[in-house]
Amino acid sequence: MNFFTHFGRYFLMIKGMFSRPENPKLYWKEFMHQCAEIGLGSIGIVSIISIFMGAVSALQTAYQITNPLVSKYIIAQIIRDTVILEFSPTLICVVLAGVVGSKIASELGNMRVSEQIDALEIMGINSKTYLILPKIAAAVVVVPMLVVISMSLGILGGRITTSLAGILTTDTYDKGLVELFKPYNVFFGLTKAYTYSFIISSIPAYFGYYVKGGSLEIGINSTRSVVISCIVILIADYILAALLL
Amino acid sequence: MIEFKNIFKKFSDKQVLNDVSHTMLSGKTNLIIGTSGSGKTVLQKCLVGLFEPDAGEIIYEGKSFTQMTEDERKLLRQQIGMLFQGSALFDSLTVEDNIKFPLDMFTRDTHQQKLKRVNEVLDRVNLIGSNKKFPSEISGGMKKRVGIARAIVLNPKFLFCDEPNSGLDPQTSMIIDKLISDITKENNITTIINTHDMNSVMEIGDNILYLKDGKKEWAGNSKDIIFSDNQNLNQFIFASEFLQGAKRLRMMEEKNP
Repeated sequence: MNFFTHFGRYFLMIKGMFSRPENPKLYWKEFMHQCAEIGLGSIGIVSIISIFMGAVSALQTAYQITNPLVSKYIIAQIIRDTVILEFSPTLICVVLAGVVGSKIASELGNMRVSEQIDALEIMGINSKTYLILPKIAAAVVVVPMLVVISMSLGILGGRITTSLAGILTTDTYDKGLVELFKPYNVFFGLTKAYTYSFIISSIPAYFGYYVKGGSLEIGINSTRSVVISCIVILIADYILAALLL
Repeated sequence: MIEFKNIFKKFSDKQVLNDVSHTMLSGKTNLIIGTSGSGKTVLQKCLVGLFEPDAGEIIYEGKSFTQMTEDERKLLRQQIGMLFQGSALFDSLTVEDNIKFPLDMFTRDTHQQKLKRVNEVLDRVNLIGSNKKFPSEISGGMKKRVGIARAIVLNPKFLFCDEPNSGLDPQTSMIIDKLISDITKENNITTIINTHDMNSVMEIGDNILYLKDGKKEWAGNSKDIIFSDNQNLNQFIFASEFLQGAKRLRMMEEKNP
C-alpha cells in the first residue's frame, strides 16, 4: 500500500468519525474515560521529564554563559523561552506519542483482530465515532493541559536547580522570568500542543484501526504509528515555527 | 427470511464466492457448511454488510440490503445479533456490561429495566451469577454463551453465528447447538450458522447450504444429507470410517422407523 493510499484512507477515517451518536451519554462517558486514561496515565512521566528538562537546561545554560558582562538572570529567560517554545510542547508530545500513541494503536488493533470492532458495526454502531473520536477529542483537551503543567514544572525545575547549585538566587531567577516575557510565546506553545495532540492520537488510531493479522501485526503497527507520529511532529514543528514566528 | 442471489466476491486474484444463491428461512437454523477456505465466513460477512459483494443481491424480508443507505443499514443492524468465532466480548467490560451494552446504546430503559433484561437472557443461557465476571475470568463455552446472550438481548429478527462450536468440547458444543436451536424456534428468528461441526449439521440443520470452492454445491436438510449421492458432500460430511458407519445406521433407521 503506497503513501497516497494511506493518506486517503486516513482522511476518510477522520471524515467517517463524524456521525450522530446513538446515545450521547455513552459517548460522553467514553470521552471522560479517555481523558482520565490519557491525563492521569501520563501525568507522572510528564512531571518527571519536565522537572529534569528544566534542571538540565539551567545547568547547561549557566555553563555556557561565562561572560561577566551578561546579566545572570538571562539564564532564567533562556530556560523560560526554551521550555515554553520548544521543550514542553515538542519533547513532551514526542514522549506522549510513545506513551499514549502506542496504547491507542495496540488497543484498537487488539479490538480489530478479536472482532470487537466488527461486533460494534454489526450492532449498528459507527465504530469510528465510538472508538476513535473520543480518543482524539480527549487527547486534544488533555494534552495541552499536560503541556501547560510541563511548562510550569520545567520552569520550576530550573528555579530549584539554579538555587541549589548556587547559580542564581530565587529572586534573580523570578526577576528574569518576568523580564521581556512575551505572552505570544505561550500562544505559540499551545498552538503546537493542540496540533501535536491531534497527530499523536489520530495517527496511532489509524494504524490500530486498520490492523490486519494477529498480535505480530499489532506490535508492528504500534511501533510504526509511534515512529510516524514523531516524524510528523517534527515536520509540523518546522512548519509552525516558519509560519508563526 | 434472507434471500441472496448471485453473490460474487473476489479478493485480489482469488474468487472467494462464485455465483452463490440461496434462501435462509425464518424460525429455522440455517447452516452454511464447507471446508476451511470454502467461503463460509466471507458469505456471512457479506450478508451482514461487513464485506460488500462485488455483484449480487441480498434481500432481508423483501428489502434489498445491497441498495439500502447507510442509515437504513444501521436500523436493520439493530435487528441483527451476531455470535463471533472468538466471541468478540469487550475485554474491559464485565459479563453484565457486555450484555447491557446494546441496551445502553439503543434503548431508553431505566437501569433496573436493563438489569432485568440482562438477567433474563443470562438465565436463558444458564449463566446466572456470572454478572460481575470479566471475559478473561470465564471459560470458552461461557464466553460463547455470553456472546449469545449479548446477541439476543435486543430480541433480534436475525441471528448470525460464526463457527459457534470452534474450540469447544463435544458436550459443550451440543449445549450451544441446542441453545441456538431453541432460541431460534422460541423467537421465530432467522438463524444462520457457519460450521464444519458434523454433530451440528446432523442435529440442528433445518436448511443447509454446502459451499465448495466458493460455489453452491448442495442444499437440503439433515435428513437429505443421509440420502444424498453428492460425492463431494459425502466426502466432506462422512470423512471417517466411523461417520460412514453412522450414516449407514441412520439410513437404516430412516428406512425402517
